[in-house]
Amino acid sequence: MNMTLRALLGATAMLTLAGLASAETTITVATVNNGDMVRMQGLMDDFYAKNPDIKVEWVTLEENVLRQNVTTDIATGGGQYDVMTIGTYEVPIWGKQGWLASLNDLPADYDVDDILPAIRGGLTVDGNLLAAPFYGESSMVMYRKDLMDAAGLKMPDAPTWADIEKAAAAMTDKSKEQYGICLRGKAGWGENMAFLTAMSNSFGARWFDENWVPQFDQPEWKATLDFYLNLMTQYGPPGASNNGFNENLTLFQQGKCGMWIDATVAASFVTGKDSTVADKVGFALAPDNGLGKRGNWLWAWSLAIPTSSQKQDAAKTFINWATNKDYLALVASKEGWANVPPGTRTSLYANAEYAKVPFAKMTIDSINSADPTKPTVKPVPYVGVQFVAIPEFAGMGTSVGELFSAALAGQSTADDALAAAQALVTDEMTSAGYIK
Amino acid sequence: MARSVSTRRKLFFTVAAWSVALLIFFPVLWTILTSFKTEASAVASPPELLGADWTLQNYSDVWARSDYPRFFLNSVIISIGSTVLGLLIAIPAAWSMAFVPGNKTKDLLMWMLSTKMMPAAAVLIPMYLIFQKTGLFDTRTGLVLALMLMNLPVIIWMLYTYFKEIPGEILEAARMDGASLKNEVLYILTPMAIPGIASTMLLNIILAWNEAFWTITLTTINAAPLSAFIASFSAPQGLFYAKLSAASTMAIAPILIMGWFGQKQLVRGLTFGAVK
Repeated sequence: MNMTLRALLGATAMLTLAGLASAETTITVATVNNGDMVRMQGLMDDFYAKNPDIKVEWVTLEENVLRQNVTTDIATGGGQYDVMTIGTYEVPIWGKQGWLASLNDLPADYDVDDILPAIRGGLTVDGNLLAAPFYGESSMVMYRKDLMDAAGLKMPDAPTWADIEKAAAAMTDKSKEQYGICLRGKAGWGENMAFLTAMSNSFGARWFDENWVPQFDQPEWKATLDFYLNLMTQYGPPGASNNGFNENLTLFQQGKCGMWIDATVAASFVTGKDSTVADKVGFALAPDNGLGKRGNWLWAWSLAIPTSSQKQDAAKTFINWATNKDYLALVASKEGWANVPPGTRTSLYANAEYAKVPFAKMTIDSINSADPTKPTVKPVPYVGVQFVAIPEFAGMGTSVGELFSAALAGQSTADDALAAAQALVTDEMTSAGYIK
Repeated sequence: MARSVSTRRKLFFTVAAWSVALLIFFPVLWTILTSFKTEASAVASPPELLGADWTLQNYSDVWARSDYPRFFLNSVIISIGSTVLGLLIAIPAAWSMAFVPGNKTKDLLMWMLSTKMMPAAAVLIPMYLIFQKTGLFDTRTGLVLALMLMNLPVIIWMLYTYFKEIPGEILEAARMDGASLKNEVLYILTPMAIPGIASTMLLNIILAWNEAFWTITLTTINAAPLSAFIASFSAPQGLFYAKLSAASTMAIAPILIMGWFGQKQLVRGLTFGAVK
């Protein structure tokens, strides 16, 4: 064998090896910027060690931009994303369109039965699991134990709205910029309407009756809005109509709120290092009115594969890793149990170590008490606790949210806002063909 | 007396100009200041300045979490590429409109400008589909084309206004001396219009650099510029203002510095022909 032949053979072998090395599948994951997702990106070495043939590219976007981009992509069959981070609102709608790949064939060790039933139910369409929950949340009351003690009150584990009003009155001292209660007021279907729709369930209200007729002209909605506006006007912070999650989080962390009813994931923030009241926070279930339904919502950020993806096997491998029980253990080993993505698996709440996290029990109790299929007291034709899982809801919800936010800002009365909401939603539902 | 009034007026206008300038620059200044605060300090109420907790941590976090050089390079290529391509098309177009106008030239100019008034979201789906079917999605070439088309009316209008100020007799003289059309545009018109072309170029680079709707919608990984880099630091839940401010500062710094050095050209280009 002469030198030239040897060199040629060597080069061929090297090229073959290079070819094998480059047989790597790159998947694109679209996601939101939140603590759990950022943490996952920092733990990717574990994924690459187990799956050296898959490379993950991240597209991290602001929630509304992400929603717009992934909706455009999936509706046009673009296939630009292999894994999408979507919420419980999108899953049933996109599932019915056939836009999401089934995850029923995940390996047995994924233990799909371990996913919390309430969360799993919201992500399943016609028996197909269409998204795997990365973290789940409900809503609950976060309150200042020190202010309650000073007022001589004790917060029940399962308070009523009357308890909340009484506590709010007792803890309010506007001269010290201390407000009894902070609630969402910023307009948006995922902002004030997430809170108000969930709250209305506990007052027996509903968006539609069984025939899709809007119900904003019913006494239950009036009771909800009157109570909310009175509570916020008397005991809420100024400018509350501009406050969403982050604004209220800031107020609570600065010690300006006696109570805050919002997402269970907020618990780790209000007890975290940026909070000036970290050691003074107590938790309770979202309030009720004795009607059998609490004012808490149910949401999960989940990972789904669009059917337009050309790399579904690699995408499934990634989802299996990111939402598996092993991932929770990995986070716990690296960052502690308090930083494990909450609200997805039964086994997490059976773990003695995780049970020591102060908000663990209240989170699971809140999630378990929400039922997306029977969200309110009376029967409804839709699925969803703080939303109505129909494509028209996002637009309608935001428009109604603007009316209610204007009422909170004092620009209209509750009656005017409800009448306008009734007219607006009736028009939309008639145009969309729900009302014949 | 007249001198005193003049000094007083001058002082008044100087103070007014500085006040307006500070008012306009304040959001940028506050963003830069916020980028050096801790997250808690960034949202403190009342806002903290002297007593704030200052830190460089946000910059190191942002740098560690994102591939800034890639986003930066994409922004440079897209903004310069779309500007150069736009100028290549706009110079001959503006020349013909300025020196050999037809009956419909004014209408054509107005129509071109009217395309800028169309809301971008109205053509989102067609643009998305065209980009996908032609393989332009998430490519720098695609964004260069999109931004060039978007800013072309502005470039043509600016150059048209500038060319109109150049005496037609000079071009005529060149023609009489035997200059071809190509030579007339290339060797007579363009050198005379360099200040106008430079200011148009500068403004277009700024417009392309700051464009966020299309650059975020039509990209995922490969061609995503600094607008996408900023968008990745906004969070629905949790405090993020300081890191977002750091990302914003890193994104605007290059264009801010370029604008600072080129401000004379920019002002000259924007006000040309305004006062006669």
